[in-house]
Amino acid sequence: MRDVSVIGVGQTPVGEHWDRSLRDLAVEAIAEARRDAGVDRVDALYVGNMLSGELAGQENVATLVADAAGLLPKEALKIEAACASGGAVLRAAYLAVACGAHDYVLAVGVEKMTDVLTDGVTAALALAADADYEAAHGITFAALNAILMRRYMHEHRASHEDFAPFSINAHRNAALNPCAMYRQPITLEDFIRSPIVADPINILDSAGISDGAAALLVCPASEARRARRPPVRITGSACATDTLGLAERTDPLVWQAVADSARLACGQAKLKPKDIDLFELHDAFTIVSVLSLEACGFADRGSALKLAAEGRIALEGDIPICTLGGLKGRGHPVGASGTYQLVETALQLRGEAGPAQVKGASIGMAQSVGGSGSVAITHILQV
Amino acid sequence: MELPRYHRLRGPYYRLEGRACPGCSRRFVPPRSVCPTCKSGGLRPFAFCGRATLYSWSHVLQPARGFASMAPYTVGMVRLEEGPLVSAQLADADGVELAVGMPLEMVTRKIRDADEHGYIVYGYKFRPLLMATRPRP
Repeated sequence: MRDVSVIGVGQTPVGEHWDRSLRDLAVEAIAEARRDAGVDRVDALYVGNMLSGELAGQENVATLVADAAGLLPKEALKIEAACASGGAVLRAAYLAVACGAHDYVLAVGVEKMTDVLTDGVTAALALAADADYEAAHGITFAALNAILMRRYMHEHRASHEDFAPFSINAHRNAALNPCAMYRQPITLEDFIRSPIVADPINILDSAGISDGAAALLVCPASEARRARRPPVRITGSACATDTLGLAERTDPLVWQAVADSARLACGQAKLKPKDIDLFELHDAFTIVSVLSLEACGFADRGSALKLAAEGRIALEGDIPICTLGGLKGRGHPVGASGTYQLVETALQLRGEAGPAQVKGASIGMAQSVGGSGSVAITHILQV
Repeated sequence: MELPRYHRLRGPYYRLEGRACPGCSRRFVPPRSVCPTCKSGGLRPFAFCGRATLYSWSHVLQPARGFASMAPYTVGMVRLEEGPLVSAQLADADGVELAVGMPLEMVTRKIRDADEHGYIVYGYKFRPLLMATRPRP
């Protein structure tokens, strides 16, 4: 296996792009990643996407993007792992380069969600759950996470307010990110008064529906010096799975796939969680941040809320999370979110995160989660 | 829901039929072909008794397409007497103060709005156990 580096990154602002299609967004992110690298060569294109068929009426989306971006006749494939598609697409690119099949591979995550009304998007997102035994019963994604959150509150005697620091931190950091969708800081009062989606989960617990694309160009580490910008090495890449149905786990509050993928990635990089300078986690709901921090070993079971309350997840804390807003603040274009996390991690390690820069960051972890913790993909990036 | 799919699901949906592992005696609903614990195949049909306790729940205010007429409705995860957890809607829960651990029983109810084909899908839900059938303290 060859060592692999990220040599170029690009992203569109996340938002409601009424006048731009899936292909427009993907093309912009790809062009920016190629410009950033200053390298023309592309051997293959992998497209991370979850819902193009359901929300844009378009499958065969990798060929569509390759065509629109002027990359024909190169290999182009769609990679799908629900909301973890963005992590999965970098993993596919990493594997292709590591094994020597290709040298220069583009990984782009793209999602176009705002053409469809909320009830349609809610139904589409539920496709990541068990179709026969969760979605068909009207159990939305927010509801699955709400069930977890209430149980967590019961087992650990927590209140809903205790989850507020995650949302407040995400919005505070998003305000520093020009590509973020929700750039207004929020207060505890805002969090408490936010309308309920599926109780106890409210709007400010939940990452918003949005459009966007983000891309990374990877190549063998031995050739990364050709790039214009400092290369970022991929020192860990791991995927793990758990039951599709949330109820089919021994303990639904233990996210084993998240734990396994983080442990495997850390093992590859020969690191422990305490060595990580920043963690882009999958904060689709505040409860997911809590369960991920606990599963990955940053907090003991039942103690992630304390970690947040003590400010340790902030930019100046010992384990900064969602440093450029996370899914909550930057926005959550589902199949693209993983690539945004990775682009943001690379920017942090290059020292190009602007006012959101984590000082001295040299090791970053990015983790995408699909379904209710049923698939998790963790990458470790280093400079 | 497509008719063949609904037909395929009639056992679990109407009668809470699952599977039991001959190797380690774990029971499953939804039905499985391979036991994730001991990796045995040859799982046998197993009918659950329908009694359960409440693990956790949520009132859904923002429903998915196909459930608008039922909103707000309550969904939950319940612990079946035989061991497994199941996700389902809770029935007859309006005005009932729900609590973790409260006893429930299965009922068969309409589970979504009629779809574009006009099919009405019935399946299991769980309701608070009726006083008449609750064991005396």
